[in-house]
Amino acid sequence: MAIMHHPDVATLMSCSAGSQPEALAAVVSSHLSMCPACAREVGRMSLIGAALFETIAPVEVASTAPIVEARAGEADNPPPPDVRPSGGAIPYPLQKRLGLTSFDDIPWRRLAPGVWDHRLPLTEGATGDLRLLKVAPGVKVPEHGHEGEELTLLLDGSYSDATGIYRTGDVSDLDNTTEHAPVSDPDRGCICLVASEKRARYKGLLARLLQPFTGL
Amino acid sequence: MADLLQRVARSRDVEAFRKLFQAYAPRVKSYMMRQGADPGTAEELTQETLLTVWRKAALYSGDKGSATTWIFTIARNLRIDKLRREVSWQPLPEGHAEEASDDPAPDEELQERERRVRVRAVLDALPKDQAEVVTLSYVEGLSHSEIAERLGLPLGTVKSRMRLAYDKIREAVEDLR
Ligand SMILES: [Zn+2]
Repeated sequence: MAIMHHPDVATLMSCSAGSQPEALAAVVSSHLSMCPACAREVGRMSLIGAALFETIAPVEVASTAPIVEARAGEADNPPPPDVRPSGGAIPYPLQKRLGLTSFDDIPWRRLAPGVWDHRLPLTEGATGDLRLLKVAPGVKVPEHGHEGEELTLLLDGSYSDATGIYRTGDVSDLDNTTEHAPVSDPDRGCICLVASEKRARYKGLLARLLQPFTGL
Repeated sequence: MADLLQRVARSRDVEAFRKLFQAYAPRVKSYMMRQGADPGTAEELTQETLLTVWRKAALYSGDKGSATTWIFTIARNLRIDKLRREVSWQPLPEGHAEEASDDPAPDEELQERERRVRVRAVLDALPKDQAEVVTLSYVEGLSHSEIAERLGLPLGTVKSRMRLAYDKIREAVEDLR
């Protein structure tokens, strides 16, 4: 099935610059593993980094190449190639992080009727929030806005809001100008990977999720 | 530069590596400092970047971009891993298991260089407000929100300036595949 919703161009640029907060980078790299079009785009965008890299004023380097060479001798073992497994419903970058290949093996935590989550650890010092969210069929999330950047990657099932239907591989790229009230697929519900660059904001959304649902 | 990399890959050519080091290390160090590293850390990260180049040269293939783009990507990922202490979710371009390729087709090399020249021309001609956000993102390593904060702008403005800049860059390289 064709992917209809891609990350914003600015979001892809931040990815190619390597300046994206970790949680958001997790969503983008997972999407790139499913979306050749965006992967190509990010490849093209790395030209910007390379072009700017060439214009940076050089700084004197104290160590000389021979020192590096001496160390290079120690490290003269090419790293094992990164072999991608085939199959599995979880995108490869996420599989690597989770150590799991099936959504069934995830130790889901029940948050509210029809809503489960599983938090993914971020590196110490990272400020965002990254979690998998599983929503039962036909659940309506109350209307809410967003603060800072938030990315949602649909991994299974679907949900819809005023901007359209989101299916496997689709990304919803939201910032503080957007308000929406998504409803999960009436038959399958959905599983998504949600990243927010700010933790506090996400707590707000969870609080709203915990409010009584309509449509359950 | 691509031929130097090929020599390192094929015959572990120390002389070729020394030339690569001289060409790239000063800019890698400068990049690390712009990204917020102190000179000592920048020096270490530079050594590590070039070591990675030595170790992974066999995985470099010319058809995936120029040597400059490849080395920039290695520096960028090391910066994410070590400087911000965040695990890089971005795989290197060679991420998949692949054989080292033969020499890149000469026109491939040429196209890549031509693309980079054009990108640079567009970057030079960008309106100041657009050039500013692109530089803060790519060179200083700031996230959109950090750029918004630094410049006292709404997040949406930062993102739209990035988009406007990329529209022009894309247009400039569109005819080259
Ligand atoms: Zn895409």
